[in-house]
Amino acid sequence: MKDILQELETRRANARLGGGQKRIDAQHAKGKLTARERIELLLDDGSFEEFDMFVAHRCTDFGMEKQRPAGDGVVTGWGTINGRMVYVFSQDFTVFGGSLSETHAQKICKIMDMAIQNGAPVIGINDSGGARIQEGVASLAGYAEVFQRNIMASGVVPQISVIMGPCAGGAVYSPAMTDFIFMVKDSSYMFVTGPDVVKTVTNEVITAEELGGASTHTKKSSVADGAFENDVEALAEVRRLVDFLPLNNREKAPVRPFFDEPGRIETSLDTLVPDNANTPYDMKELILKLADEGDFYEIQEDFAKNIITGFIRLEGQTVGVVANQPMVLAGCLDIDSSRKAARFVRFCDAFEIPILTLVDVPGFLPGTSQEYGGVIKHGAKLLFAYGEATVPKVTVITRKAYGGAYDVMSSKHLRGDFNYAWPTAEIAVMGAKGATEIIHRADLGDAEKIAQHTQDYEDRFANPFVAAERGFIDEVIQPRSTRRRVSRAFASLRNKKLQNPWKKHDNIPL
Amino acid sequence: MFDKILIANRGEIACRVIKTARKMGIKTVAVYSDADRNALHVEMADEAVHIGPPPANQSYIVIDKIMDAIKQTGAQAVHPGYGFLSENSKFAEALDAAGVAFIGPPVGAIESMGDKITSKKIAQEAGVNTVPGYMGLIEDAEEAVKISNEIGYPVMIKASAGGGGKGMRIAWNDDEAREGFQSSKNEAANSFGDDRIFIEKFVTQPRHIEIQVLADAHGNCIYLNERECSIQRRNQKVVEEAPSPFLDEATRKAMGEQSCALAKAVGYTSAGTVEFIVDGDRNFYFLEMNTRLQVEHPVTELITGVDLVEQMIRVANGEPLSITQDDVKINGWAIENRLYAEDPYRGFLPSIGRLARYRPPEEFASETHVVRNDTGVFEGGEISMYYDPMIAKLCTWGPTRLEAIEHMRNALDGFEVEGIGHNLPFLSAVMDHPKFVSGDMTTAFIAEEYPEGFMGVDLDHSALQRIAASCAAMNRVAEIRRTQISGRMDNHERRVGDDWVVSLQGQSYAVTIAADPGGSTVTFEDGTSIRVEGDWTPGDQLATMSIDGSPLVMKVGKISGGFRIRSRGADLKVHVRSPRQAELAQFMIEKLPPDTSKMLLCPMPGLIVKVNVEVGQEVQEGQALCTVEAMKMENILRAERKGVVSKINAAAGDSLAVDDVIMEFE
Repeated sequence: MKDILQELETRRANARLGGGQKRIDAQHAKGKLTARERIELLLDDGSFEEFDMFVAHRCTDFGMEKQRPAGDGVVTGWGTINGRMVYVFSQDFTVFGGSLSETHAQKICKIMDMAIQNGAPVIGINDSGGARIQEGVASLAGYAEVFQRNIMASGVVPQISVIMGPCAGGAVYSPAMTDFIFMVKDSSYMFVTGPDVVKTVTNEVITAEELGGASTHTKKSSVADGAFENDVEALAEVRRLVDFLPLNNREKAPVRPFFDEPGRIETSLDTLVPDNANTPYDMKELILKLADEGDFYEIQEDFAKNIITGFIRLEGQTVGVVANQPMVLAGCLDIDSSRKAARFVRFCDAFEIPILTLVDVPGFLPGTSQEYGGVIKHGAKLLFAYGEATVPKVTVITRKAYGGAYDVMSSKHLRGDFNYAWPTAEIAVMGAKGATEIIHRADLGDAEKIAQHTQDYEDRFANPFVAAERGFIDEVIQPRSTRRRVSRAFASLRNKKLQNPWKKHDNIPL
Repeated sequence: MFDKILIANRGEIACRVIKTARKMGIKTVAVYSDADRNALHVEMADEAVHIGPPPANQSYIVIDKIMDAIKQTGAQAVHPGYGFLSENSKFAEALDAAGVAFIGPPVGAIESMGDKITSKKIAQEAGVNTVPGYMGLIEDAEEAVKISNEIGYPVMIKASAGGGGKGMRIAWNDDEAREGFQSSKNEAANSFGDDRIFIEKFVTQPRHIEIQVLADAHGNCIYLNERECSIQRRNQKVVEEAPSPFLDEATRKAMGEQSCALAKAVGYTSAGTVEFIVDGDRNFYFLEMNTRLQVEHPVTELITGVDLVEQMIRVANGEPLSITQDDVKINGWAIENRLYAEDPYRGFLPSIGRLARYRPPEEFASETHVVRNDTGVFEGGEISMYYDPMIAKLCTWGPTRLEAIEHMRNALDGFEVEGIGHNLPFLSAVMDHPKFVSGDMTTAFIAEEYPEGFMGVDLDHSALQRIAASCAAMNRVAEIRRTQISGRMDNHERRVGDDWVVSLQGQSYAVTIAADPGGSTVTFEDGTSIRVEGDWTPGDQLATMSIDGSPLVMKVGKISGGFRIRSRGADLKVHVRSPRQAELAQFMIEKLPPDTSKMLLCPMPGLIVKVNVEVGQEVQEGQALCTVEAMKMENILRAERKGVVSKINAAAGDSLAVDDVIMEFE
């Protein structure tokens, strides 16, 4: 009997070695952790429960039958993050380069099915050379099985992808359909076709890092939502993100004890908006001063910086923040910022996370590159996302809210629940100068008259009161008491119920 | 007494004067430029008058504008503060003519002390020690050599109209005297339009020590001891103290009496300061007299208990001094640190912008401990480019010098300033510098001790352990809170462990925490055990801890997996990890910061107005590369060396943050 029990331990020890000590050392030498070490850091100590430790592939071509390592290049199971359940798979680069076989895919599919059924997030740690070529179409089929589950899980449980090594070819499309992708700087890359193929087809000479490294995907392509210095930091930050997210779409956003007075007054906010309407200021200061404990988890920090997206907590509960950033492109909306914010708003709405919108927007960015690029449809995405969202929506206009962009930024008309404005707000069709030149075209030659008309327009419209008179602004609030007002607004919306008409699904302008 | 006075100044000194006026029941009038519309002194004053655009030469130093403001408000007296019009005899004359009291000395005293050569002559005649030297004008280089030999080397060759180190040379022999004379003369002609030169003995081991005098219009004059201001950077005082750790009673008395003699010789009234240079043998020589309230006057107030501003106002009102020389005592020790909006890590480059956070330590007074902070700014306010970069004067007092220093260290640690670069870390470093602590310093202290500039502070082992213990305890609080999130799996909650590894400044400490309701006892591998108590909770940006019963104040920021800790001038990334995390973290490859020598970094947040070069272009040293607009100022960035542009990352119209890479070179 003892021998039988010992046999299990021996098999386990063998499986835990993955591709063997030499390959583990090689992985470490690259500054990368092994699949199991990554799971250890991701989950609470001792909470990991593994599935399918002894699964092996069934391929008999190319002599593969001689090598059948237990686990088949991926470690799967569940565990907890701060006591909350998550499912996880972690590809093992030491086993066949983490390549995906039919059985490898089946292991991933098993935990995804369980995650959907049991309502817990899926975290995928990607470190794989791609398809197991020896298996041919069976491997491709495996990918598609995973894709289908990514699609089914979307909007049901949060899905997070962490890219910690190569992720190329068809493999990229699984992370691509998850909610968040994080990369590790200098040791991960993602692309559909690699540098060699690129060179053959287009004659471009480019490194893997330049083509699909963390910098490329966080700054240029916006494929990734964030990048971290190394494996340890990346996994710690994923734990931090999970603390902001509900486990599934039937739950409210999580709440935890907080050490920050909801009524905290910030007198310095009274001077945040500069005297000169064209002087930028840093909207992040407002976010940090509103948030519980100044804690902000920014999403897509390095892309389309003219809009800021991320999570904060108010009274301990997660709130998604979308804010125009006057420091960049005057905070205008354009193709990139609309896409970035629209996806974020839809994530929040899918998972019952209330949305706070901070508005200082001079309008949409003009120009051929924008129009040719389809800013009409991309801008519409954000408009659509806000309009369909049924979660609590609170909006604060700090300064400019001009034209169509005013409508887009979670206005009252898009079912905003609380629409506040600071006394410095200017809610109008456009700036005074532009408006005057159109309304008083006849006086264009007379600089003095135009100046007078501009002044009149400013006096009448460069304030929040015209909108407040119509009830489009519920209340004009003091900047210093914004945290108190916004916290109370969300508190009053905790039982909000709103349903859109039945539909199979909507047809957002993709 | 006056009913209403006008303060012809701004910033902290205007606020300082308003405080005393208020205490005396006098109404105050502030003046302000466009840049100071929302300034603290405007807020504090009973009335405020706008006097023009931001540049001082269009507002604060335009006599007519101040006179208009006086007329408009009916102020009966004017306090000029320091700088601006404080030593402008024309302004004092204009006030005399208008029948408005000048809270300062008479016109004659301002004039006679305003010129270096005249003031030295008067001082000599009044029996004040002066630096041996030749007072007359020097015709040519040969005469300069002859005079230098008479005085004895080393000598200093100075421009009569000079200041701020311009037109100043030190010569150790005939050749240097000849050469120094010529270059000083040229520099003086160019800088001041006045090429008069004089030569004097160069004082070795010099210390800057000054005497505070106070005189009334009834012939009384007293001295309120000395202030030592030897800690200077490029003639800008940084740290001052009273008394001086160097003077003995006899020297103090001699300096004080000579100072009063000089004040009487020029018919001085009000508060004034006689500056001396003191050599290693306690020989002291007159430098100049400042006919105004000095920036560093608070240290004198703290050791004498005299409110100098109040005395100035009373003297201006014609009252006789109510204190005699015998009343003036030295009570304890006071230190002042000047907080400048200058980035010590960037060669003390002035920094401007919004004070996103500004929380000075609480002002406080007990029998053994005083904290005083004279300031003119507030959280949410703006540090503008138009004025002096000094934002606060932090003073501490204690019964002894070492206690005053210790109070200062803690006060600096508790001073929160964010949004701009500032010299707090540097001040902390000076307060911990053995030479400063021993009192053994000269005016060359900063130049000699920080020849390459300020590189930050490395803490010693025991300081690191104190911080490590605090961070371990703080991290435990944060971790426990994380486990209290909603949606946990019942009965399978996470338990927070007691063993942690704290890494900071390249060191790792394995610790075990034993927590109890009063605090935590943190035990290190080497057996050291540290008791940590404090009420820090996550999100607090200032942690006031008690470590084995002594205070530790730290600024706490967030970084992934730990804290950014600023304390005692050090700026640390502190990681707190579980033993397993720490073990695995060892595999992480240390990433060296990118080599920025081949990059052009944006020196300030700003807007790219123009890029002057193209990829592939060869540029010469000093060639303009691009223009960055910040705070309405166009800054031209130039090539530091010859090179070829390999990549340009920014175009006109882009907004960049500090250290964004604008372009790279091959």
